[in-house]
Amino acid sequence: MSVFDGLKFRRVSSPIHMLDPRIKFLYVCSIFVVAIVFFELLPLLVLFLFQIPFVILARVQREWVRSLRGAAFLASIIFGTNILFRFMYAGYSLTANDIEYASAMTMRFIALVESFSIFFLTTSPDHLGLALEKSHIPYEFCFAFTTAVRFVPVLAEEAQTIMDAQKARGLELEKGNFLKRIRNYIPVLIPLIISAIRRSLELAEAMEARAWGAIEKRTNLYSLKMKRNDYLLVLVSIFVLIIGIFVRFYVSIPTLSNLLGF
Amino acid sequence: MIEVKNLYFTYPSGVEALRNVSLEIRKGEFVAIMGQNGAGKTTLIKHFNGLLKPSKGEVLVDGVNTESVSVAKLARKVGFVFQNPDNQLFSETVEDEISFALKNFGFKDTPLRRRVTWALKLLGLTEYRKASPFMLSGGERKRVALASVLAWDPEVVVMDEPTIGQDYSQKEKLRQFIVQLNMQGKTVVVVTHDVEFVSECNPRVILMSGGEILADGFGKNVLTNIELLTQASIVPPQVTEIFMGIKDLGFPVDIIDLYEAKELLMKRLGRK
Ligand SMILES: Nc1ncnc2c1ncn2[C@@H]1O[C@H](COP(=O)(O)OP(=O)(O)O)[C@@H](O)[C@H]1O
Ligand SMILES: [Mg+2]
Repeated sequence: MSVFDGLKFRRVSSPIHMLDPRIKFLYVCSIFVVAIVFFELLPLLVLFLFQIPFVILARVQREWVRSLRGAAFLASIIFGTNILFRFMYAGYSLTANDIEYASAMTMRFIALVESFSIFFLTTSPDHLGLALEKSHIPYEFCFAFTTAVRFVPVLAEEAQTIMDAQKARGLELEKGNFLKRIRNYIPVLIPLIISAIRRSLELAEAMEARAWGAIEKRTNLYSLKMKRNDYLLVLVSIFVLIIGIFVRFYVSIPTLSNLLGF
Repeated sequence: MIEVKNLYFTYPSGVEALRNVSLEIRKGEFVAIMGQNGAGKTTLIKHFNGLLKPSKGEVLVDGVNTESVSVAKLARKVGFVFQNPDNQLFSETVEDEISFALKNFGFKDTPLRRRVTWALKLLGLTEYRKASPFMLSGGERKRVALASVLAWDPEVVVMDEPTIGQDYSQKEKLRQFIVQLNMQGKTVVVVTHDVEFVSECNPRVILMSGGEILADGFGKNVLTNIELLTQASIVPPQVTEIFMGIKDLGFPVDIIDLYEAKELLMKRLGRK
């Protein structure tokens, strides 16, 4: 659950929360591009550190740390497999460079998680839907998307309660061989699915009762308007992109082990 | 039976749900845990069968620390009925639903069937044996959930909000049933904020607020103490309110029992 917690939006008023979600998405994309053009540890480390001011500005440090902790497991798998492949590829030996390469791949993943978590932690589902709508995606899809996002934490909580209820009746999820373990989840999945269906039917009724889809053209309570900070972030994003591509093509990047003089 | 010593519990999200809670529930007792939403009642009772483990302090069930045994082991002794039956019903038939826990606890064919039949009869569900639990009404689903727990005859039965979503006559039947269970020697713990329900069973009352125990004693004393009840955001039972209103006429105010109230009034009116 901790991965979800690390992406769960919480209402805070901060300059980052007020930004236009479309621009934030642009920012995430530019971080994404820069992250995948580099294979070296140093620039990826810089990319990671570069984003920390955003986290602090948005005052989501605690959630951010939690999302990193949630990503730690996957990160360690990435690190492990990279080391393993390098190790086998190089004929069963390891150099400082190999370790640095594996660290770089891990750091790339962490920098990406970081940017995604900044995006999701500071963008309310409403704003997200609005941004989708403004991108000319049909309203039905936007609504389905925001509703899905909103229901994830609710369902996660419900799954926990159901697991508790079945454990209280002697269900042991961790017992048995692989197949048995999968079967153990049936008593959890069935009530969960049924409750999700029931919930969605109720939601559909409530929506119809409030005239959902009565008229083609609907208005929004909030509107997205570009403000000074938004233009600033556009500049930052483009800047990051240009610097990233420039460094990629015209600068030879030293390895960290070289710099530190190993 | 259940001993709670200086229990503290903090959820991973950082909410401190229980603060220094200590209590002891003896064999055969009937205990009602009361308090407003978010007081920590559910969190407390989830410690009784090890679903939650103390952040600090300890919980002993029959002298065994819950930290050291599995939920399944504890559940054999402490049956736990959740608030919402839909959180547990998953089988095709009521019969299968009730067998679920029995199978988990290793009951074999004949004793298993005998217990299912017994539990169905106990809760008046015999005619629904082959019905789908999802086709039943809310009150019936609740009874199936209760039967599925009582089937393995746990020594302690813990119920979270058993009266929620039930109409008055269902509630009255449930109350009689619970009282009967207790009279047959079962330890019963009920979480509720239904004062009328509690005043009519007259159990030991534990009053909670903000993760702490405010009071622990006879219903007669706790439910008539306005100061405590206000602190816990609970209104006294209606009978008590009447007697508080007419205390100038020389009536006592610590009345929660309808029968006792009637006797007092009849005496005052000069009738036998
Ligand atoms: N799974 C959970 N995660 C985080 N906080 C929780 C969780 N469950 C309950 N809480 C919090 O713990 C406190 C006590 O909750 P609970 O024990 O459910 O109260 P009650 O049953 O008396 O209504 C509340 O503040 C609630 O928000
Ligand atoms: Mg509760």
